[in-house]
Amino acid sequence: MTLNVVLPQSSTKVRATALDVHYGDKQALFGVDLDIRAGEVTALIGPSGCGKSTFLRCINRMNDLVEGARVSGSLTIDGSDIYDRTIDVVQLRARVGMVFQKPNPFPKSIYDNVAYGPRIHGLAQDQAELDDIVMTSLEKAGLLNEVKDRLLETGTSLSGGQQQRLCIARAIAVEPEVILMDEPCSALDPIATAKVEELIDELRENFTIVIVTHSMQQAARVSQRTAFFHLGKVIEIGDTEQIFTNPQQPLTQGYITGRFG
Amino acid sequence: MSEHTVKSYDEELAHLTNILARMGGMAEAQLGAAIQALARRDDDLAQRVIDGDGRIDELDQEIQTFAVRLLALRQPMAGDLRQIVGALNISGEIERIGDYAANLGKRCLVLNHLPVTAPVAGVVRLAELVRGLVKDILDAYLERDVEKAIRVWSRDEEVDEMYNAVFRDLIDQMTNDSGTITASTHLLFIAKNIERIGDHATNIAETLHFQILGTQPKGLRPKGNTVGAPE
Repeated sequence: MTLNVVLPQSSTKVRATALDVHYGDKQALFGVDLDIRAGEVTALIGPSGCGKSTFLRCINRMNDLVEGARVSGSLTIDGSDIYDRTIDVVQLRARVGMVFQKPNPFPKSIYDNVAYGPRIHGLAQDQAELDDIVMTSLEKAGLLNEVKDRLLETGTSLSGGQQQRLCIARAIAVEPEVILMDEPCSALDPIATAKVEELIDELRENFTIVIVTHSMQQAARVSQRTAFFHLGKVIEIGDTEQIFTNPQQPLTQGYITGRFG
Repeated sequence: MSEHTVKSYDEELAHLTNILARMGGMAEAQLGAAIQALARRDDDLAQRVIDGDGRIDELDQEIQTFAVRLLALRQPMAGDLRQIVGALNISGEIERIGDYAANLGKRCLVLNHLPVTAPVAGVVRLAELVRGLVKDILDAYLERDVEKAIRVWSRDEEVDEMYNAVFRDLIDQMTNDSGTITASTHLLFIAKNIERIGDHATNIAETLHFQILGTQPKGLRPKGNTVGAPE
């Protein structure tokens, strides 16, 4: 498989322009303009209910599944509008993978968890190629050494941290372009968290990553760019280093220093 | 800036500022006393300055320890981070100012017991100017006053000019009367140390600017003096 595409830096992968999201009559996002650069990790931070997860879920149209959700404005990947009528949502979700807060492996074997996506998308011609995809994905996810002798055991038999890396292996097996992570470490201990963070750092060479996190330290450790959301708006976006040492907006400063009133 | 959700964090930051304020006040007093000892040829006062330096060093230690503790336990960000890192920095600068004041005390004792003296008025004037800068920059720190800090920062040139004048006078003195060479040489070192104290006040101004605004002061840094030995 061709996971070794090195992405050009600093080109815009995902672009949101004047993005509004409503859930019924409640508005969750207000005119969000945000560029996500290719080959970088962008962290979305902000207090609960600020819209960061809503924004994340727009990128693979997960919000389509929420009753009463309406998205307006524009959201493009590589310049093409993903809310266009002609877009196949299933294909879109193969291009934009997702890792959730709690590890959610299928109640299947470790092998089948990773092979699931490639199978339904018909990415492998034969068994040997599928084996290759599974092994490469597990290796990329830093899990292969720990599971190579037990590929037929169920995914749920792994530890929490291993399960999360299995979910990441499952996400990258279909060779997505963008990986969305919604608090991927909040259920993990510090060692498992460190492993996932190390993994994120390696993955950004080949994927564009957007991560929602409540841990400011995690945003500071793993991301190159950080966007601060508040009450459905993007208050500030900048290089992570600048956001955490010298934020330009008082609201950002207040939030990251723990002064939120 | 408004208060932290966790109140004890505010108390700890205030504590850090308090130690630094005490330390700054002490260094300023030490410098003042050293100048007096020089102007009045007061051995007792000079000795007290020498003995007093240990207390400043202790406070410096206290700040280092406390700041490291805050960094580890609070994981400060943005303005808080700059405030704590800045305190570490400023503490080091004040500690150096204290050292120079103590050195002034030591040289006073030597000067007072030389058979031939040299006029000290020029050096004392230089010292008073620098003491004013130290006082102003410490006030600026407590008041978080960037404007005042910038003023101190840009006045370092004045110090350099006066230092150069004192330097020339002392050279003239030695040329005209070789009997005063020993005394004048001590005074030269004293003048140099005082000029250095001015540099530390400038450094504090820069740190203060960074603490409050997150950037270094703009424009050319005031020129250091180049008389005698190059920097």
